[in-house]
Amino acid sequence: MIPELGQFALILALVLAGAQAFFGIFGAARNDLRWQAVVRPAVAGQFVLVSTAIGVMVHAFVTFDFSVLYVASNSNSALPTFYRVAALWGAHEGSLLLWAWILAAWTLAVAIASRNLPVSFASRVMGVLGFVSFGFLLFTVATSNPFERIFPVPADGRDLNPVLQDPALAIHPPMLYMGYVGFSVAFAFACAAMLEGKLDQVWARWTRPWTTMAWSFLSVGIALGSWWAYYELGWGGYWFWDPVENASFMPWLVGTALIHSLAATEKRGVFKSWTLLLAILAFSLSLLGTFLVRSGVLTSVHSFAADPTRGLFILGFLIIVIGGALALYAWRAPLLKSPAGFEGTAREAFLLYNNVFLVSAAAMVFVGTLAPLIADALKITPLSVGSPYFDKLFPMLMLPLGALVAIGIHAAWKRGQLGNHRRRILAGFGVAVVFGLTLVYAVYGRGKMLTPLGMVLGIWIIISSLFDPIDRLRRRLTLPRAVLGMTLAHIGLGVGIIAISTVESYSVERDAAIAPGETLALGRYAYRFDSIKPVEGPNYDGVRAEVTVLRDGEPVALLHPEQRNYWVQRSTLTEAGIASGWNMDLFVALSKEVGGGRWSVRAQLRPLIDWVWLSAAFMALGGVLAVSDRRYRVRAVAAEPAVAQGSAAEAT
Amino acid sequence: MIRFLIPAAIFLALAGVLYVGVVHSPNKSTMQSALLGKPVPKFNLPVLGKPGMTLSNAQYAGRPWVLNVWGTWCAACREEHEALLEIARQNALPLVGLSWKDDDDAAVDWLTQLGNPYSVVAVDHDGRTAIDFGVYGAPETFFIDASGRVQYRHVGAMTPEVWEREFLSRVPRGGLP
Repeated sequence: MIPELGQFALILALVLAGAQAFFGIFGAARNDLRWQAVVRPAVAGQFVLVSTAIGVMVHAFVTFDFSVLYVASNSNSALPTFYRVAALWGAHEGSLLLWAWILAAWTLAVAIASRNLPVSFASRVMGVLGFVSFGFLLFTVATSNPFERIFPVPADGRDLNPVLQDPALAIHPPMLYMGYVGFSVAFAFACAAMLEGKLDQVWARWTRPWTTMAWSFLSVGIALGSWWAYYELGWGGYWFWDPVENASFMPWLVGTALIHSLAATEKRGVFKSWTLLLAILAFSLSLLGTFLVRSGVLTSVHSFAADPTRGLFILGFLIIVIGGALALYAWRAPLLKSPAGFEGTAREAFLLYNNVFLVSAAAMVFVGTLAPLIADALKITPLSVGSPYFDKLFPMLMLPLGALVAIGIHAAWKRGQLGNHRRRILAGFGVAVVFGLTLVYAVYGRGKMLTPLGMVLGIWIIISSLFDPIDRLRRRLTLPRAVLGMTLAHIGLGVGIIAISTVESYSVERDAAIAPGETLALGRYAYRFDSIKPVEGPNYDGVRAEVTVLRDGEPVALLHPEQRNYWVQRSTLTEAGIASGWNMDLFVALSKEVGGGRWSVRAQLRPLIDWVWLSAAFMALGGVLAVSDRRYRVRAVAAEPAVAQGSAAEAT
Repeated sequence: MIRFLIPAAIFLALAGVLYVGVVHSPNKSTMQSALLGKPVPKFNLPVLGKPGMTLSNAQYAGRPWVLNVWGTWCAACREEHEALLEIARQNALPLVGLSWKDDDDAAVDWLTQLGNPYSVVAVDHDGRTAIDFGVYGAPETFFIDASGRVQYRHVGAMTPEVWEREFLSRVPRGGLP
């Protein structure tokens, strides 16, 4: 009985979403306040109803209600409680439910925070969000009912995919969805502005915190996925350029471009139509990501491919939402004027270059990801690209972008006045060269050609981003959170470039078959295989090895790599043994027994690898700090004259 | 003002491509039909770890065999490796590997460390043979029957279930010649 309540709640939520869309969009168009008054209650009601559906689902998982097909397929009586809750988004139907719930939550936040916005604008924003929600709920109810029953009721469930039974991967999808869905707010703001036919600098100020927040979540989500791949796939890599990863990376790249373009729109009133387009694009890529992952177009997910109606439904939805927004854009964007001019070295110009590189990178990933599909549709020679394509092209776009960041940070609005900062730029560069090359050649030794480049660039970016905040402190000026956040995010970028360059060049790995008691030498380190013992978990058994890592003969770390066999799905998973240090990870993964008590193992030294994820944490934290800045909380409805006095000191 | 229509136009073209993708996506039937029932593409490739030796499509004439396309850079290949080892232990069909656009040393390391499920691995450096097979992303696995025709193609990681359902079931009853 309870699961049917969940389904009923979803259907009611669908109706409310329809009302929210209709009264929001048409109420604003007719300028009818009574119609628009329906919108906020509809938002609140929808949130309560979708939350009820989620609650019902969690209840079914926690109480082992295997009469619900989704629970029977993704849970098991031996599954620990934490994963029974996380199993909610372990497969297709539940993921959609989570998507809808997060959208309802974002919309609720908009409803609460938009009380100071003009009524018609807020109604339109919520109307557009209601439309998106309507589509998703309709999709869920019509093609992917999560509450479907199964009869006869199975005695036990088929268990959650063991790959997903991991803390990082359990919270990875919610974070990712917070980012994906969060871009729907920027999208709704863009659509509302186009419907109003008005886009000013105040609009950009309203839109910025939402966009930055979504981007921060997406950064965390992507980093968690990458971190998981590192320790769980037993392989030591952190990024594989597979379609699912790319699907999340494209909105991130475009979202990053959007954040910067919004800054220019807010401060200087430029790039208006471009900003609109990016806002549409960021959410479109999020939807496309959901489509690619969920439709089985790129990866052959069998359960899904069996049902082409789902793919067609999402495609139809994409066409209506994205196609509609782009049509609106073609109609309205020509009306927008960007009056202010700027010089080629002004901050605006650097933000434009930044956008060119970021969008090119997104396009590059897009082409690489969809190449097989496009080739297939055009009936030309099947073409596919692996990570070699991405590994070659991506740095070619990112390194110039890095240099632009290091210089552009110093540029002032309107007129670059880079001449005034020539000494800072050159000094920063000089220090970066000396420091970077010393690090490369004295500490790590010769690496690939890109290494010194990446190292110098990363350090240069960090130094460049520190000038302004230090300057402010010395002159006893305030240090707004927006500036602090921007600085932190740029430092994150520098750290990321340094970390990736280092990991890519100086990782050492060795594979060998060794027996307990034997030692595997790896540079100054030695991995001593002490023992191997059986181990049993709640829903798996396996073996657990003890490996002592010695440096120059002294023990420095004790690692416990595992090999687990999950009972229900009969799959084997590797849990790598990792000791993380500030400068290096010691990594060992067990592969298999090769006979005679010998195990084949992979041992690695991965310098600075944790800094790859830490860089994402810096960026996300920077984003959150910037969002918390006072300037976004100013309670002003009247269009205040957006001041745009050009100065490098102004935060972007 | 035409330029403001460009994004919409690009999107429409993309939607067309995606439509073709979706309609053809169930069990990837169109991609299969391009090769299904057709003779296996001709190739003559060096053998991994055996300098001077080559492997051609003719060598397996007269008996069914399986071709698995993989690369050490491919995460899903790592994922399916356990399944391939299990399959190799059954010894039901010759499992031929195609090392696709990969570094030979990396490939040899991979097999040494993880175990080698393949009877032999052919090396396809420039990806030409993979193109002939219509490979669209590693891993992919093909079933070729005794008459040298491609009978099944599996895209994505191999699993014991797929192996039993789609591959073993295609071996003629009465065992192998």
